Amino acid sequence: MAEAVAVAVESLAGVKARAARTVLGQVVLPGEELLLPEQEDAEGPGGAGERPLRLNPGVRSRVRVVCGPGLRRCGDRLLVTKCGRLRHKEPGGGGGGVYWVDSQQKRYVPVKGDHVIGIVIAKSGDIFKVDVGGSEPASLSYLAFEGATKRNRPNVQVGDLIYGQFVVANKDMEPEMVCIDSCGRANGMGVIGQDGLLFKVTLGLIRKLLAPDCEIIQEVGKLYPLEIVFGMNGRIWVKAKTIQQTLILANILEACEHMTTDQRKQIFSRLAER
Amino acid sequence: MAAEHKTKLSKNLLRMKFMQRGLDSETKQQLEEEEKKIISEEHWYLDLPELKEKESFIIEEQSFSLCEDLLYGRMSFRGFNPEVEKLMLQMNSKHKAEEIEDETVELDVSDEEMAKRYETLVGTIGKKFAKKRDRANYEEDENGNIKPTKAKKVFLKPQD
Repeated sequence: MAEAVAVAVESLAGVKARAARTVLGQVVLPGEELLLPEQEDAEGPGGAGERPLRLNPGVRSRVRVVCGPGLRRCGDRLLVTKCGRLRHKEPGGGGGGVYWVDSQQKRYVPVKGDHVIGIVIAKSGDIFKVDVGGSEPASLSYLAFEGATKRNRPNVQVGDLIYGQFVVANKDMEPEMVCIDSCGRANGMGVIGQDGLLFKVTLGLIRKLLAPDCEIIQEVGKLYPLEIVFGMNGRIWVKAKTIQQTLILANILEACEHMTTDQRKQIFSRLAER
Repeated sequence: MAAEHKTKLSKNLLRMKFMQRGLDSETKQQLEEEEKKIISEEHWYLDLPELKEKESFIIEEQSFSLCEDLLYGRMSFRGFNPEVEKLMLQMNSKHKAEEIEDETVELDVSDEEMAKRYETLVGTIGKKFAKKRDRANYEEDENGNIKPTKAKKVFLKPQD
């Protein structure tokens, strides 16, 4: 039974599985199968002729590998589910590191642990319904705020912006958000303050801006005093001292996705002069 | 002959507690086996091939933030929101494996202030533990500060 499925999947994929190591940074397509380094020797591109002699061919060196977004585990095999570039991160200590697909998309799919910006769309009894841009609104308990008790309800109105984290997010269930961490502290989560501007960008841009060595954010930070919130669901909220500055910032952040470094530097220097 | 004609007791009757004593071991075993059979027949199980789940060495993780070491999503620059700026430092330093232990521990009370405060306390606390006879040594000055007026008698080393 299991063999039959394996054969079916193999014929579906059509192409021969490629080694993950050789396609790093290259485009992979959904349905493709990847071989992890320790699987290469057994069935990899080397073929029977070049296979190195092993003392214990039966025993594979087993290391833990994490497959991130865009990849799926199917038994012992690694399948691609999204189109994009294959990325790899070396492990900190031992293990096989992390593989994931760097894809461009606009549709957000809730993921457990992600910090997102949601809009409260309804208050119904004990829970708030929050629109996060996913396929269905997330639920948010009124007790999931810092310092909230049954008697002391948080002051949340319909239309408010919420910065929160997913605790339940899977394909079969309604996603659930909270605004506290495991210790019960807010840590910056909760209702985002008054005013400011919320706009949507692609999910790729959010990741680009939140990368630890992102120059754009550092340059933006030098421009004006400002506050900014990034949601992994592609929403950005900015607030500066004046409306004009807020709008300028929003436009820069939106535009910088498709700008080269030189173009960006030009614009920033022009803005700094004013 | 007589044994054959002996009326057989029903199984249900033999299974009763008070009948067990008189039974010989053979019939006892037989009864037990039958009982086991009935139980196992009534036991439900799924008619499926056994699932053999091997330990997998591939772990699924659908979050980008873990893969790419993304920063915390709230930021503030040039003092727009000091609270968030403090939070930013705190949250983003976690990613850097706590390489920089924050030395700048914010002090609510400066060292000098603390020393001054304890200076005044010396008398107050001293009075509390002083005996009645010694209490006269402590007297309040015009500020309400209490300090020992007389120095305690100390041993004077006799001069040769």
